[in-house]
Amino acid sequence: MFDLLSDRLRQTLARLTGRGRITPAAVDAAVRDIRLALLEADVNYRVVKDFTARLRERAIGQEILASLTAGQQIVKMVNEELTELLSHGDRTLHLTGSPAVVLLVGMQGSGKTTSAAKLGKYLARQGRRPLLAAVDPYRPAAAEQLAVLAKQAGLPVWQGDGAQKSDVSASARLAVAAARADGRDVVILDSAGRLSVNEALMAEIRDLAVAVKPAETLLVVDAMTGQEAVSVAEAFHAAVPVTGLVLTKIDGDARGGAALSISAVTGLPVKLMGTGEKVDALEPFHPDRLAGRILGMGDVLTLVERAQGAFDERQAREMTDKLARNAFTLEDFLDQLQQVKQMGPLGELVGMIPGMGGLAKEAQASIERGDMTRIEAIVRSMTRAERNDPTVLNGSRRRRIAIGSGTSLAEVNRLVKQFAEMQKLMRQFGGGKRLPVGLGRG
Amino acid sequence: LRRIFGGGTVDEATWEAAEETLIAADVGPALAARVVAGARRRDAPPAEAIRAELLALLLPGDRAWRPAPAVARQPQPVLVIGVNGTGKTTTIAKLAALLRRDGTTVLLAAADTFRAAAVEQLRAWAERLDLPVVAHAPRADPGAVVFDALDAASARDIAVVIADTAGRLHTKRDLMDELTKIRRVIERRLPGSRPDVLLVLDATTGQNGLHQARVFHETVGVNGIIVTKMDSTARAGIVFAIEDELQLPVLFLGTGESLDDLEPFDPQRFVTALFEA
Repeated sequence: MFDLLSDRLRQTLARLTGRGRITPAAVDAAVRDIRLALLEADVNYRVVKDFTARLRERAIGQEILASLTAGQQIVKMVNEELTELLSHGDRTLHLTGSPAVVLLVGMQGSGKTTSAAKLGKYLARQGRRPLLAAVDPYRPAAAEQLAVLAKQAGLPVWQGDGAQKSDVSASARLAVAAARADGRDVVILDSAGRLSVNEALMAEIRDLAVAVKPAETLLVVDAMTGQEAVSVAEAFHAAVPVTGLVLTKIDGDARGGAALSISAVTGLPVKLMGTGEKVDALEPFHPDRLAGRILGMGDVLTLVERAQGAFDERQAREMTDKLARNAFTLEDFLDQLQQVKQMGPLGELVGMIPGMGGLAKEAQASIERGDMTRIEAIVRSMTRAERNDPTVLNGSRRRRIAIGSGTSLAEVNRLVKQFAEMQKLMRQFGGGKRLPVGLGRG
Repeated sequence: LRRIFGGGTVDEATWEAAEETLIAADVGPALAARVVAGARRRDAPPAEAIRAELLALLLPGDRAWRPAPAVARQPQPVLVIGVNGTGKTTTIAKLAALLRRDGTTVLLAAADTFRAAAVEQLRAWAERLDLPVVAHAPRADPGAVVFDALDAASARDIAVVIADTAGRLHTKRDLMDELTKIRRVIERRLPGSRPDVLLVLDATTGQNGLHQARVFHETVGVNGIIVTKMDSTARAGIVFAIEDELQLPVLFLGTGESLDDLEPFDPQRFVTALFEA
């Protein structure tokens, strides 16, 4: 559906090739499709209305630049306007106070706990010393979840031993005191999910904010949120002054119009976005990229950066080390496959290149036919011990793997043999040679 | 909508306002336009006509849901799936409570081996409900958890196994493949069984909801949908597109945090609630 829409928009704009000045007819044709695209992207209908009215006003009668068609010029204008709306406010985190208190608020399931751990790791990478604290007495195992994630992020977590858990303001104060006593310079408070219509819980979060005076209060918003995003954000902003947004689950295929709506109506900046399930999948927000995504236009920048980010220097060095020590196992191989996948579905990546919408579908189809999935299924069906030492794979183990992975014994045999040959080859090269650039990128 | 058509005279602006109300309820721009166009052709008062158009998008027939085993004397598997954060675990607790009220025996399978503390969350509910749970270590194979759960239920003569699965974005192929594998495991353990696959959808989800439902349905085959967080201000208008395009029935609405906040879906009431927005 999304593809159909951006294809249609592309076609409409391609037809608008006039010279001279942009005519009202050309604008009307484009505005109709742009309105649909924005609404399909979950941009709030009031925001869409204002937006298209302003666009019409700005576009009609404009001189068409020599290098562009009318359609391209309109798209450029739309992109600029969207980027501007998304660039509201100050996107930097202001961590004042000792410790600086960061409060995460939002609806159930928006991704607060995961974001808390990611933010902790993000700040730790910048040399901060964060403490994580759960102030959620309602959801079963909420504190345990934060504790597990904190461990993954290598961060301490305040457990609130002995605290009266149902009094979240008191808990929050204790957490801040604990952070101070432990020499931590940031404390990240993970609050319970709440609906904006629940008056008791909204009063609770207001009291909590008054009690600990957060330097940053970040509203965590699911990128898949629909038209209600604005009223939810307004309700939270009215209860506790929100300083910015964290947009989560942007690694899905939602266009994320909710963020645009909230920014446009409340003026709150999107500060960060969650881009995956791992604790380091948190990035600063780039207005231009989301603008391109909302409209369904290509985003070459994201493509390039993702390709670079997925296979980072450190990992490459580790891999070279392992090769040199002849310790490259099927486990490492699986990691490499994952990194390629982290770049997103291949079709989606190709789709980010402007004008390649059709090719994206083909690329996706080839992945769907492809061997990569089958190879991965085979490796995943092995035990850890088998991955680390494939020589233990006797006939009965191989049969089990073939059944477990839904492949055939012949395929399992082929993979094991190929891997053994690869290891042999590596042994011959041996001796600390650098991994050729690009290996592991599929 | 009631307010819009309350004024008496119906002109172009009234219809436009009606269309906007539908869009604001997440019905989606294309479907909202279709509903209004259909309503204008009807020979009925505008509010009634829109109501009729909306109801016509929803599936007819009985939606009463009770898992019944396809294989005699074996447990019926119920697989609960969805994207991250929709409320799968809470919904499972509510479903289990509902079944238990009818005297159906239930066992929970903690097949979300990925999310931190997901097992603990399910266990906490199970303790509250006094239900048995089958769980493995973190990062274990979810298929194996379900397999063991079916074994345990079979040995103890338990009627229904509800499996909690990890939240996954429908765009992640590897995670979607994992669901297919769980389904295969079920079919291998209980040949001839027809698992109930329930998709949990967050009411605040916008147009992406249709895409989610489509991809999950194409990957594992979905039998029904449960819409959660209906106690928020969202109206879950995406349900119309899902029922109309995918022919997947909404079975329940989650309406709160306590165990009995799970209502059978009633098309009439759902449309009325939209009207009162």
